Amino acid sequence: MKIAIASGKGGTGKTTVSLNLALSLSDVQLFDCDVEEPNCNLFLGFDLEKVEDVVCPVPVINQEKCSICRQCSDFCRYNALAALPDRVLFFPSLCHGCGGCAVLCSEKAIQESQRSLGVIEKAKGESSPEFYRGLLNIGETMTSSVIKTLKKYIDDRKTAILDAPPGTACPVIASIGDVDYCVLVTESTPFGFHDLRLAVDVVRSLKVPFGVIINRWGLGDSRVEEYCKAEGIPILLKIPNDLKIAELYSRGIPFVREMPEWNEKFLGMFEAIKLQLADTEEART
Amino acid sequence: MVIKETGGVKRMNICVTASGEGLDSKVDPRFGRCSYFVIYDPETRRVESVSNAAAFASGGTGIKAAEIIANAGVDVLLTGTVGPNAFSIFSELGINVQVGVKGTVQEAIRQYEAGELQSLQSPNSTPGFGMRKGNGMGKGMKGGGVGRGIDRDN
Repeated sequence: MKIAIASGKGGTGKTTVSLNLALSLSDVQLFDCDVEEPNCNLFLGFDLEKVEDVVCPVPVINQEKCSICRQCSDFCRYNALAALPDRVLFFPSLCHGCGGCAVLCSEKAIQESQRSLGVIEKAKGESSPEFYRGLLNIGETMTSSVIKTLKKYIDDRKTAILDAPPGTACPVIASIGDVDYCVLVTESTPFGFHDLRLAVDVVRSLKVPFGVIINRWGLGDSRVEEYCKAEGIPILLKIPNDLKIAELYSRGIPFVREMPEWNEKFLGMFEAIKLQLADTEEART
Repeated sequence: MVIKETGGVKRMNICVTASGEGLDSKVDPRFGRCSYFVIYDPETRRVESVSNAAAFASGGTGIKAAEIIANAGVDVLLTGTVGPNAFSIFSELGINVQVGVKGTVQEAIRQYEAGELQSLQSPNSTPGFGMRKGNGMGKGMKGGGVGRGIDRDN
């Protein structure tokens, strides 16, 4: 089963939830999908090794064969090709690697080469949880490609926890698009509430079953709880605005390690998710 | 700079980024996302307004817009801000880019002819810049500016 941990607002506790949930379960894989700034391993401290280079195919134009027919530049919807009066210029950072230009080129002037986007890394040897992360090259914008490559390492026989990037844009869709369940982590502040509603719109559009965790519970007001009640959204867990939890976080320690009573709470949440999925399945048939 | 030889007379096309057609429309200091390119030939006084088909592209707007004016045979571009991708195209082709335009297209051409504009030596904006509303245009930001990268991913 694949469970994504997402949020609209950043800094609500996606990584905290992902880590603590993964550490409470057995036979589990953890994927850090926040490839622009993966931070799970700050808390795990695993030795990592590269398992794959993520690349994007890019065109190389043979200017001698090119007749400047403009077909490639007219076709490229990302405007990565400029057909100038005397040559075609290519802008690699805009290319999404669809390969359409090479297919269209009637002069066979376009060959494909590869551009590096980032890497996939894995915790060395046997680790618990089994840990993978993507790492996007600095300055690179092709975030979704790295996330999609990372997700190839999901083992369907295991429970996979996916720590998603914040927001509601393409990298989030790439992370949560095909999961079985999505946990939305929020806090009951004006920003937390506003961005939660955006995230709810996303998971509903994607038809992914979901529930909410309120982190730093006690902070702010009750608007998230009222909203979830009115919308029929299950609140899976409330993590209190607790000094000990904050302190452990600041020392890079997932709090289930020092507060074992939380193991059971995360396990209970996992069972509740399975029940919710069973109910959804039943309602469908 | 490319100066065309046409019947023995040296010609030079000046392009101004504008919000409308013709010499009386207001200049638009955003190169990639302006609505029109008003192209003026000082010799023949011919004016041509080319709609900017790239204005609403989600990304690579500067590249597409630069492609349009390069193929329109422009030699001098009068605008406000140019990003790195478009700038590299202008450098390649030797198109002279002058910034600091104000007022109408006609006034911008006068400013250019009076030598009141500055020649652009390096990009003065970042990709996605023209997407912002009320972005403090024409304040002479140097290299970088306040642009935010637009999400070009799928």
